[in-house]
Amino acid sequence: MVLIMADELVKIDHMTKKYDENTIIEDLSLTIHEGEVVVIVGPSGCGKSTLLRCINGLEPIQGGSITFRGESIDGKSKHINEIRQRIGMVFQSYELFPHKTILQNITLAPIMVQKRKKGEVEKEAEELLSRVGLLEKKDSFPRQLSGGQKQRVAIVRALCMHPEVLLFDEVTAALDPEMVREVLEVLLSLAEQGRTMVIVTHEMSFAKAVADRVVFLDHGEIVEEGRPVDFFEHPKTERAQKFLNTFTYDKVEKAK
Amino acid sequence: MIMSWEIMRAYLPLYAKALLLVLKIGWIGIALAILIGVGCSMIRHFKIPVLQRLVSVYIELFRNTPLLVQLFFLYFGLPKLGLDIDAEVCGALGLALLGGAYMAEAFRSGLEAVEPIQMESALSLGMSRRQAFLHVVLPQAISISVPAFVANIIFLIKETSVFSAISLMDLMFTAKDLIGLYYKTGECLTLLVIFYLIILLPVSIVGSLVERRLRYAGFGD
Repeated sequence: MVLIMADELVKIDHMTKKYDENTIIEDLSLTIHEGEVVVIVGPSGCGKSTLLRCINGLEPIQGGSITFRGESIDGKSKHINEIRQRIGMVFQSYELFPHKTILQNITLAPIMVQKRKKGEVEKEAEELLSRVGLLEKKDSFPRQLSGGQKQRVAIVRALCMHPEVLLFDEVTAALDPEMVREVLEVLLSLAEQGRTMVIVTHEMSFAKAVADRVVFLDHGEIVEEGRPVDFFEHPKTERAQKFLNTFTYDKVEKAK
Repeated sequence: MIMSWEIMRAYLPLYAKALLLVLKIGWIGIALAILIGVGCSMIRHFKIPVLQRLVSVYIELFRNTPLLVQLFFLYFGLPKLGLDIDAEVCGALGLALLGGAYMAEAFRSGLEAVEPIQMESALSLGMSRRQAFLHVVLPQAISISVPAFVANIIFLIKETSVFSAISLMDLMFTAKDLIGLYYKTGECLTLLVIFYLIILLPVSIVGSLVERRLRYAGFGD
């Protein structure tokens, strides 16, 4: 084990991402350390989701580099499948496989990709399912589950691959308000276990609770980053202040 | 009009023979059509250069010309090129080529109906593109395409009624022949309808059972 490398899990170095002529992310550098929970916030269209997709090699980048434990992340490279096994990703729209049962959804990749024993994987899947309170749904199909349940299954599916970092892309944005909590509680318990996570979210109070570090992204660049207390209580930049203000409302003064 | 049960019963063996012919050619033609269709839609889906163009030309050509014309070309045209072709082979081939074009379109829309993010979700779990396609995209595309496949199969079986034009003794040929010989129009046409139903009703019923089963298995909300 190379000690210098061990700490830096994901390193984004002067990365640029363009769609045709539109620059989505420009010259962005960010390092995710082992055991760290990084929350990325910012207005819609600021490039948060694109950034996560780049970290998983789902989007080609036009400049700079992204590395995972020193290995380059490139969607076209031969090693990408091996790297992706070590990077878990959970999508906003769950993306469970509709033609597979819950258990099959979770065990498909570990059995097929990692060539693990079916019995062992199923045992682990059941254990993880019971931890998120969904063991009795193991033989159901995704369409029979609520949004919150589907998202918890998607998290379990990612976990069952034993990833070294987990990427969460607005995982509660498609959920009804009362289901948001059941999903966020799973994320909180993962944070307690010391998992390395990169979370894109619009849930500010959750961000404050779970983050070791908050990164504020606007127009494809990091405007501000720091500890959650500092960022949420005393944002330094005007853009961050303005952004945070959109989540608070002044008391309405009624005309008499 | 009074129909004679006796006459109908006398004709029965002839119709049964024609039924077997339709089933034989239909089965081979449709199986080939599915193979051609799936193959062609894959070529288009993966945008394989050159072949992709050829497939498009093939599909447009065969979807926009009547089966009768295609059969004439195969039956009268190929021998001129030195290829002696049996009428039954010709029928099956015509059905396969026409059906292939329709199946290709049906399967392509199935493939397109699977959201690209499903592929990404599979990739993010470390699957290769091949694994993701075979285990995640393909099964969904197949079940989405089943209703269109069933409709195409029914359509193709009905199209066998033009086989008489290349002297195949299909159901239509048998009926026309018998009417010409004995003028028992009512009996002959009734039998014709009954025999088509004997073939097609089971296809419809099995088709909708399969569709329902696939729906229950995992689609819709």
